[in-house]
Amino acid sequence: MSEQEHQEHHEHIVPPTTYLVIILTLLFLTATTVWAAFVNLGRFNIVVALAIATLKATLVVLFFMHAKYSPKRTKLIILAGIFWLAILLFMTLSDYISRVDYRGVRFPMTQVTQQVPALRA
Amino acid sequence: MHRTGELYGQFKTLEQQKESASLGMWIFLITEVMFFGGIMLAYTLNRHVYFPAFAAGSNTLSLKLGTINTGVLLASSFTMVMAVWAAQVGRKTLITVFLLLTIGLGFIFLGIKYVEYSQKFEHHLVPGKKFDIFFCVNNPSSCPDVAPDELMEESKLLDEAKAADPDLESHAQLYYSAYFGMTGLHALHMIIGAGLLFWLLKGSLAGKFTPQWNTPVDIVGLYWHFVDIVWIYLFPLLYLIDRHK
Repeated sequence: MSEQEHQEHHEHIVPPTTYLVIILTLLFLTATTVWAAFVNLGRFNIVVALAIATLKATLVVLFFMHAKYSPKRTKLIILAGIFWLAILLFMTLSDYISRVDYRGVRFPMTQVTQQVPALRA
Repeated sequence: MHRTGELYGQFKTLEQQKESASLGMWIFLITEVMFFGGIMLAYTLNRHVYFPAFAAGSNTLSLKLGTINTGVLLASSFTMVMAVWAAQVGRKTLITVFLLLTIGLGFIFLGIKYVEYSQKFEHHLVPGKKFDIFFCVNNPSSCPDVAPDELMEESKLLDEAKAADPDLESHAQLYYSAYFGMTGLHALHMIIGAGLLFWLLKGSLAGKFTPQWNTPVDIVGLYWHFVDIVWIYLFPLLYLIDRHK
């Protein structure tokens, strides 16, 4: 019984008002990202869209998934996962961005679509 | 679920037991991050190379349905976390209510997805022999759900895309393959999640979840929120390309 009391003492119960604030923020950010998509920011449209998505994902992880109130061990696992994803994205993208193919054409190689045979006749 | 709240031999306290369970779930979710991360990376590279075709494809998606679905899924995450809260404070009826709401919102999401998919089939936008990205522009009577002014705009966009990329049809099929692959895998995760929610509902109706023991609600909650996060990224990646024209 003393162990159960111990457990109740440690489990952090987040009040529903916090969850309500988070879901309203998430819905607001969804509206913002749709609005931002119609503003011409050139190549930065995707940057803004992904930044907002990352903000939303962070809110979900911290509050809905209780990462904020989790033990350090769990936080370490989450950060390690993000780090491995970063390796995947960073290494692959830096390879593609710095790549020059056998025709001497730099990535993204769109300018040669007229010269090479089409994928479908 | 038969060993409700029992302390297993390898753990010292119930707290430690629950922490271990959620840590295990997090490790599983990390493998899921790598799974979806790889797919999104492949998508990003193709999107970069065949930008005109991907932008044209993205503009044929229904932004209205996509935005509504994003709201529905976020709301289902809210009801899910409220079910976890109800279990933590021991409000047994509320657990059932919030689980039912989460299941309901999940099915609304899948229903809207079904409408979107069937539109793509009707508009000949599914990769394969019948694929024709100009179908709606050339046969407006066969696409009654697309407004005339939208069709005008689509026609203009497609002509521009065709001028920028002579092999638009092939590359647009690449976009739709990514669209169906990514949203399909996401929907599969939703269906598995719905199954898990029904399993929770059974436990909840039997009154099994208490403030002392609600690990299954917590764990399934983590999974459901993860599926939500995947959609948070899929929505801007698939629906919001080059909308500002």
